Amino acid sequence: MKPPPFSYHDPRTVADAVALLGRVENAKLLAGGQSLMPMLNMRYVQPDHVIDLNGIAGLAGVREAGDALEIGALTRQRDLEFSGLVRRRCPLMHEAILQVGHRQTRNRGTLGGSLCHLDPAAELVAVAAALDATVGVAGPGGRRELPFAAFPAGYMTPALAPDEMVTDVRFPLWPAGHGHAFVEFSRRHGDFAVVSAAALLEADRSGRITRVSLTIGGAGPAPFRARDVERALVGSAGSAPLFHEACESLRSIDATGDVHAPASYRQQLAVTLASRALKKAHSRISA
Amino acid sequence: MAETRKIALTVNGRRHEVEVETRYTLADFLRQQLGLTGTHLGCEQGVCGACTVLLDGQSARSCLMLAVQAHGHEITTVEGLAPSSTGLHPLQEAFRDHYGLQCGFCTPGVLLTLVEFLRDNPDPTEQEVRVALSGNLCRCTGYAGIVAAALDAAKRLQGGARG
Repeated sequence: MKPPPFSYHDPRTVADAVALLGRVENAKLLAGGQSLMPMLNMRYVQPDHVIDLNGIAGLAGVREAGDALEIGALTRQRDLEFSGLVRRRCPLMHEAILQVGHRQTRNRGTLGGSLCHLDPAAELVAVAAALDATVGVAGPGGRRELPFAAFPAGYMTPALAPDEMVTDVRFPLWPAGHGHAFVEFSRRHGDFAVVSAAALLEADRSGRITRVSLTIGGAGPAPFRARDVERALVGSAGSAPLFHEACESLRSIDATGDVHAPASYRQQLAVTLASRALKKAHSRISA
Repeated sequence: MAETRKIALTVNGRRHEVEVETRYTLADFLRQQLGLTGTHLGCEQGVCGACTVLLDGQSARSCLMLAVQAHGHEITTVEGLAPSSTGLHPLQEAFRDHYGLQCGFCTPGVLLTLVEFLRDNPDPTEQEVRVALSGNLCRCTGYAGIVAAALDAAKRLQGGARG
């Protein structure tokens, strides 16, 4: 098993990478390689050109900018895992990252790679949906920003032109004291989730819920926000029976059925995990 | 003629300057060009962990990297663990004492995973060891011997550090 022959490029700047993308046909960008390399080894993809982004300086790093974290596309998942800033300011991402693959894959795998591969069950994709992230994209015409809701164009397909690449992602932060939870069911620790649920909750002093974000990953072609459930919970006091009841509507979601699980099982998991995530997030709200 | 490139890297402390095919994975390069066949290839899709090596001290799947990407970096393979041709690394000794291997196919990857893990986490719980090993598939041992060896190796390595 070997990758098919290709021309290897290792540009030093984003501008050079974008120019290459515009110049050559059938190219693939190589970041951490934890998805592209298996596909090359299995020859699921046969690019004529592989453009390695690892030599580009300035594409990695986590920084706080106002009420958001700005994270470079080439930031390793390991660096997200051990970032004090992520743990403190974005605990949802920290909880999710511990369920992304294994140490050996997190040492190489990147944020941008995970988002662009866009596996429906990928934890970081669900986190981006949960936090309404903004994706920074470089192209021949310069930079543009894409709200994450518009990022998936379809199953495992980001809404990027062939000569565009993701350079950074902006994750708006929730205020201190919010509740968070990332829960998933997978066959083994470190596997992609069969279904995952990410919940964020904010409450006022009286305990009334003022803001909700609930994301279901793995159930459909891309993670999606459960807007009906979010709306139903705003203004309520929040309780286990209420969360359970609100999540019942997820039983009728349009779910994927495949070799890992039938659609009905994913619907059941969506109900159970969403309710569990909300309960856990609620218990973590602090004044 | 397939595309090649000249790379310079350090493997187990030894510097190499070699011409590689750009499509070669690091694992194939180590095994076929350097003859370091201690790095095993199981699945070649990043699942089994047998090909785990250290890249600048961090564990990585060598089947999920191109050899050209190792240019300028330092690689440690299982051949680089033992201090001499007759001695073993404390982790290897613990594996021998606790029957931490049967067929031995997964062992190189398990050892390198644990070298990094025990360096970063010198006094782990059993649960932490099991999570650390979740990216290495062993089909023989049921992991009991491996986990016992890892916990014992942690003690030995700490003892060595104190002594």
